[in-house]
Amino acid sequence: MFSEVLEKIDWDATTEAIYAKSDADVRRALAKNHLDVEDFMALISPAAEPYLETMAQLSYRYTRERFGNTMQIFIPLYITNSCTNSCVYCGFHVSNPMKRTILTEEEMVNEYKAIKKLGPFENLLIVTGENPVKAGVPYIARSLDLARPYFSNLKIEVMPLSVEEYEELTHHGMNGVICFQETYHKANYNIYHPRGMKSNFEWRVNGFDRMGQAGVHSIGMGVLVGLEKEWRTDITMMAYHLRYLQKHYWKTKYSFNFPRMRPSENGGFQPNVVMSDRELAQVTFATRIFDHDVDISYSTRESASFRNHMARLGVTTMSAESKTDPGGYYSYPQALEQFHVSDERKTGEVAAALRALGIEPVWKDWDQSFDELTCRK
Amino acid sequence: MEKLTIAGKSFSSRLFLGTGKFRSNELMEQAIRTSGSEMVTVAMKRIDLENPEDDMLRHITHESIQLLPNTSGVRDAEEAVFAAQMAREAFGTNWLKLEIHPDPRYLLPDSIETLKATEKLVKLGFVVLPYCQADPVLCKRLEEAGAATVMPLGAPIGTNRGLRTKDFLQIIIEQAGVPVVVDAGIGSPSHAAEAMELGASAVLVNTAIAIAADPVRMANAFRQAVEAGREAYEAGLGSVSANFEANASSPLTAFLQ
Amino acid sequence: MQIIVNNKAMEMAEGSTLSALAETLRLPEKGVAVAINNQMIPREEWSATGLQAGAQVVVIKAACGG
Repeated sequence: MFSEVLEKIDWDATTEAIYAKSDADVRRALAKNHLDVEDFMALISPAAEPYLETMAQLSYRYTRERFGNTMQIFIPLYITNSCTNSCVYCGFHVSNPMKRTILTEEEMVNEYKAIKKLGPFENLLIVTGENPVKAGVPYIARSLDLARPYFSNLKIEVMPLSVEEYEELTHHGMNGVICFQETYHKANYNIYHPRGMKSNFEWRVNGFDRMGQAGVHSIGMGVLVGLEKEWRTDITMMAYHLRYLQKHYWKTKYSFNFPRMRPSENGGFQPNVVMSDRELAQVTFATRIFDHDVDISYSTRESASFRNHMARLGVTTMSAESKTDPGGYYSYPQALEQFHVSDERKTGEVAAALRALGIEPVWKDWDQSFDELTCRK
Repeated sequence: MEKLTIAGKSFSSRLFLGTGKFRSNELMEQAIRTSGSEMVTVAMKRIDLENPEDDMLRHITHESIQLLPNTSGVRDAEEAVFAAQMAREAFGTNWLKLEIHPDPRYLLPDSIETLKATEKLVKLGFVVLPYCQADPVLCKRLEEAGAATVMPLGAPIGTNRGLRTKDFLQIIIEQAGVPVVVDAGIGSPSHAAEAMELGASAVLVNTAIAIAADPVRMANAFRQAVEAGREAYEAGLGSVSANFEANASSPLTAFLQ
Repeated sequence: MQIIVNNKAMEMAEGSTLSALAETLRLPEKGVAVAINNQMIPREEWSATGLQAGAQVVVIKAACGG
């Protein structure tokens, strides 16, 4: 399990090592074809800042080599904001006195139909809070069953589950799981997640092993940038995690997400650090140079202009026209969002902008009929 | 230099030696000593009842040397299991270099039988080091079957052609959760150093040393090459080809200024 | 009775054991393994293993090889 590996990697020593990276370390990393985590640390370090353009060019080249001129497009659907956790930074925090919604089956189907009217979406990400009693695995399974007639590829972003539960959901057409570790700093993790199921660090960080053991095809990872002041260290831990998972669950595809928090305007949780566009670009380039195959996903948290610029430079998956509130596409269009969407363009506008850059939006590259064999097992 | 650990046993030397093709057992013994190798392969043959001959085993038996019996000559998994049991009995070790090559011309390993035999032998308690194709997926499958290392080939055995499979070896090394020993094809110390620089855990050399004009000095050359290559790998190789400049013009990143 | 040892015919007295054969062949204490009809027989079982007429015996020892 990865928790055992992580215990052996010292946080402070890693931070020091990143800041000690030199110009020569960066050059060496740039010259390599097969990079290790030390190289990745060099590329996200301040020492690599003068090489940003070189990194962009390499990232551009590797991305085009592996992915061609394409961009995967997906859309998220929140089916509930009911949550028993108390993540200090999250709008769905259990003690936030807001109206909680758990979409009914009819409402779900209405959302699916409404999404199909926005654009030719085939990749759907179903998102929940953590409420195993009222919106647990059977509820998620039902949402998948109902989504299958409308979408070719279903992923979920839900609480960490057991191996058996992940297996169970693959039988309902689930093809991928996204789960953000939020932070790999264990002591601080417990401060950000003081109560509820999510407060168990090991259960979350080893969730990725369980996904791998269950044979999940695609695993999405992420660090919430804004929690740890030393976000470079946090992202380095994610790089270690990726290499670990690739070795153990080598039949799975992996993706990286870098959700970054913005300063809150209405007095909510203030991020401990704000990552600049330049820094996010550097991390994106570094990730692509580090791993030519890993999928890099940008959500609508990022602005339209930034997403347009980065679309050619390493990003390989984007969402479009997302609503981050349950039922936001049809049933409850005005509900409270989990996070603020910056890119509010229509699906058609996102697609047109990509085409203008010479990139083909890909709505579908997988059909669940390929999974039928698995489903029958 | 980091020590190499295989199946819980630690090795100071990352050079494994084969014992074939030497002009004499005495020369072989000297070459092994000079190489510093702690892992030496041994084959099996039927005793010739009429012509008793020198016992090669006494030339390679030493407390610092792990004997690695091979299954050379077997053509499928079933024969390999039989050979393994004979080897364990004869040499008193459960370590085994599994090699199954039904093809007598190039001695290329049969991937399917090798995987089957690995599964069986691991269950029978053997420490299995399979000689295999430089096939990254096969290497993962062997690892999952319980192989203690994988031993992908650099080139057809005995050809001395070097790392013809380099691109695949690199992927294997990157993905492997067990030590990767490059076996077959290493024809000169520079090949051995190259494999070590790539990050291989060890190399297995036989022909290149055995048929050298002076096998003992060649064994010494390989010892140094393997150490140099490993040291370079651990020290973090610098770039030899690319010379990246910090770029003043920024066509792709101007939007970040 | 006749048995086959490493592809050569050999005469042994009826009811001989594998130990008796080992003695006849002057097999060393270490470094050999014996199989009868493709079944490896551990050394500690030699004295209790009887030989049948026509038995195919294989005796192997170390050889040079890579």
